[in-house]
Amino acid sequence: MSDQTVISSKNLSLTFQTGDGPVHALKNVSLDIEKGEFVSFIGPSGCGKTTFLRCMADLEHPTDGSITVNGTTPLEARISRAYGYVFQAAGLYPWRTIAGNVRLPLEIMKYGKEDRNRRIRDVLELVELSGFENKYPWQLSGGMQQRVSIARALAFDADILLMDEPFGALDEIVRDHLNAQLLKLWKQTGKTICFVTHSIPEAVYLSTRIVVMSPRPGRITDVIASSLSSERPFEIRDTPEFLEIAQRVREGLRDGHGEPDFA
Amino acid sequence: MMRSVFPVITVATALFLLWYVAAAALNAPWAHDKAKRAGIELSFGELVSDTWSQEKPKLPAPHQIGAEMWKTTGAMVQRGRAFSKRSLLYHSWVTFSSTALGFLLGTGLGIALAIGIVYNRAMNMSVMPWVIASQTIPILAIAPMIIVVLNAIGISGLIPKAMISMYLSFFPVVVGMVKGLRSPEAMQLDLIHTWSASNVQIFWKLRLPSSMPYLFASLKIAMAASLVGAIVGELPTGAVAGLGARLLSGSYYGQTIQIWSALIMAATLAAILVGLIGLIQRVTLSRMGMA
Repeated sequence: MSDQTVISSKNLSLTFQTGDGPVHALKNVSLDIEKGEFVSFIGPSGCGKTTFLRCMADLEHPTDGSITVNGTTPLEARISRAYGYVFQAAGLYPWRTIAGNVRLPLEIMKYGKEDRNRRIRDVLELVELSGFENKYPWQLSGGMQQRVSIARALAFDADILLMDEPFGALDEIVRDHLNAQLLKLWKQTGKTICFVTHSIPEAVYLSTRIVVMSPRPGRITDVIASSLSSERPFEIRDTPEFLEIAQRVREGLRDGHGEPDFA
Repeated sequence: MMRSVFPVITVATALFLLWYVAAAALNAPWAHDKAKRAGIELSFGELVSDTWSQEKPKLPAPHQIGAEMWKTTGAMVQRGRAFSKRSLLYHSWVTFSSTALGFLLGTGLGIALAIGIVYNRAMNMSVMPWVIASQTIPILAIAPMIIVVLNAIGISGLIPKAMISMYLSFFPVVVGMVKGLRSPEAMQLDLIHTWSASNVQIFWKLRLPSSMPYLFASLKIAMAASLVGAIVGELPTGAVAGLGARLLSGSYYGQTIQIWSALIMAATLAAILVGLIGLIQRVTLSRMGMA
């Protein structure tokens, strides 16, 4: 763990008690994430990738092990608004305009009026939605709504961006476009991004590191550092280098399923 | 517009026809009685016209009610006595004031209880059964007691009647608002949680706006319940004033026409008040981008 480490988890475990007995959502998960990294978490349903992200966000509470965010507990990190969280659904308030939705966290955090307006303008420009300030969410497409939710997470300038399958509900064309946009945005802002996904190409295209996870119990089976250059045009998906990384992710996912279960 | 007018007129016409037929049938025995005592034979035409013009019919014909209503509203306005004690407008106003006050009190109480239920664990576990139990008691049984008890501590007039309105109208507001305040999805609550919003902020920025469609649905029911409460509240006060008083005094003296015109007036008042809520709902929700 260096002084550049933003998120550090050691032997993190989380067990849910259910009617059918304990469910080991996470077991002994250890991972350090450095400042400015783009880390993707990939794995089948139930592998604990979302739970891990929620632990970082203080939305779930680990039952064992330790996790720090910015060197503090997730609770302190949440209270100091250290991260922005993007969910699978945009979750915009239908009664607020686009600008009003982006303003929401800023109101809650009691930013001054001028500061608020400047930030709204800046982040909407960043997600290429300038001019949509006074539209209502229902007037926007799903992809645009999700960009608003990213702008909302960026508005208060947290250094960490936690994204839980943000493009999972979108079609592939929109998803490709947003991936390119997200990559550009990451380079512009230098934020640390943790990104949960189901899609192998998405994970390989975006990440500096890919964390492969597997279920029962939820654990990390492989961590792959990407050798791709930081310049990533779309065509990079057809290069042998890209396909090689994708192949390794695929193998990692398969190995995680080593023991078939007949539940 | 025209497409909806035609079915409405058709249904209304059918209802009026049915009403006239029923009036003739129900009032015919009395017409026969009168004729027998006078020793005359009635033709069919005479019989029908008698059943539609009796002074104390079992079922008054629509035009009799219409005439009575005009006599006690429009005609009195023309003579500048719109608020005399014989005017239905005056009685409607009396009923309206206790309805409105009871509605406001009931809405306030309902929202307050709903907030308590949503935010306080003890209230969540304990209040709802009492709220439901309160509505299983017949209002006719409890209304006189409220009047008597409040009178004993020196409160009379508008307040006791408004209390009965409140008693009926807070219920739909509690039920609707509990549902409404709990309507935000888990994801939206998680999201606002990540901004470490305070409970007060969560209430004003998320829960309250989310509950608006539920609130308005409840308010419409509450308004109608308030009116019923106000009318019931007027009965045990000695039938001094209000539409309830008109109903009661009408039944003392067998003035069926008076009863029916008070009924129609109460229905009109209810339609206007509920329509008003509907209007506020449309304006509010469309300004919120939710309609």
